[in-house]
Amino acid sequence: MLEAARCIVVRDLLVAWRRRSDVATALLFFVIVTSLFPLGIGAEPDLLRLIAPGVIWVAALLSCMLSLGRLFAADHADGTLEQLLLSSAPLGVIAAAKALAHWLVAGVPLVLIAPLIALQYDLPAPLYPVLALSLLLGTPVLSLIGAIGAALTLGLRGGGVLLSLLVLPLYVPVLIMGAGSVEMAAAGLAPDGQLLLLAALLVVAAAFAPWAIAAALRISTE
Amino acid sequence: MNLELSHLSCERGGRTLFSDLSALLRGGELLRIAGPNGSGKTSLLRILCGLLSPTSGSVSWQGVEIRRLREEYSKQLVYIGHAAAVKDDLTAAENLRIACTLAGLPVSAPEIRQALEAFELADLQVRRLSQGQRRRAVLARLALSGSVPLWLLDEPYAALDAAAGRLVEELIGGHVARGGAVVYTTHQDTRVGASQVIDLDA
Repeated sequence: MLEAARCIVVRDLLVAWRRRSDVATALLFFVIVTSLFPLGIGAEPDLLRLIAPGVIWVAALLSCMLSLGRLFAADHADGTLEQLLLSSAPLGVIAAAKALAHWLVAGVPLVLIAPLIALQYDLPAPLYPVLALSLLLGTPVLSLIGAIGAALTLGLRGGGVLLSLLVLPLYVPVLIMGAGSVEMAAAGLAPDGQLLLLAALLVVAAAFAPWAIAAALRISTE
Repeated sequence: MNLELSHLSCERGGRTLFSDLSALLRGGELLRIAGPNGSGKTSLLRILCGLLSPTSGSVSWQGVEIRRLREEYSKQLVYIGHAAAVKDDLTAAENLRIACTLAGLPVSAPEIRQALEAFELADLQVRRLSQGQRRRAVLARLALSGSVPLWLLDEPYAALDAAAGRLVEELIGGHVARGGAVVYTTHQDTRVGASQVIDLDA
């Protein structure tokens, strides 16, 4: 069972590595969107410091959305999705592995590059770990919830737009907690509460989302 | 080993493809599903492997409905569908290893090499292969699936040349002789003597 899950993670990482440009696109999107705000608003350090957490988090949501469309669509198109549905492991485990692979490819780079982006907004250095930690806890939730939407909109015409409409509202709690934790820390308060709530969201999503993804996959492949 | 189809019917897009279809398949038997394009061959095969639910009726494996067995049933079958089911960015050997690992079949690197050699495939990225070679890359899995009792093959001979067609025929024949069961669809004339035929045209 774990062998099958490992196999899927390795497979998706290998495919992502051979299509590096796709991964780079989503990451560059994140970098460019977050760079546009300081340019558009102008060099007002106080204002930039104020909006930084929100802007970085919104850009992370959008960048994550970009790669979600391909999560199951590519497998669906070449027929490998049917083989995943017929694998020897429970479909929930397969779904969790797909979401994990998506997070490794689309989420982890954001966590790593976020401190660099924060530099543009003149965020004080002690906030970097809080920002990175909030993204580290939040982005897996984005992958898990997004995968449900990706599975539901599989094979639909205009699925990409529908996916955004379906998933972005569900991202709101993650956005509030994630950006909120950095704002708390910026105000000199302990961000623990928000971060713990994010961690709780992650635990709940990790426990339930795989089964929802599995059910959605079964429905949309019939 | 037995696969029982009882009173299956299937509706797709408001059209009845087939209804009240019953059959019993035992080990060592070969079932051919015949019929023209659009007659529901692929739908029937997808119902048999549990990817599609029938509009009514049920499929049972060893007397238990497959809907309740799920991955326990999936372990007992190989399904080769119409689509190639290979990743363009991976090599033929990587694709084969992944397919076998997902199916729960432990395979070694030499076994994979052997299977690819039998199908005369170089270990290239699949995007460089022709349509027929892709098909060979998928069917090479049959050479490693001798221990899986039930084979469900959708148009196994499509896009294959004579040599590869003969090889697939041999593999199917060998599997049936070992006591396995094979269900396959084709709209061509049969090449292997099927022990049962379901004609969806009738």
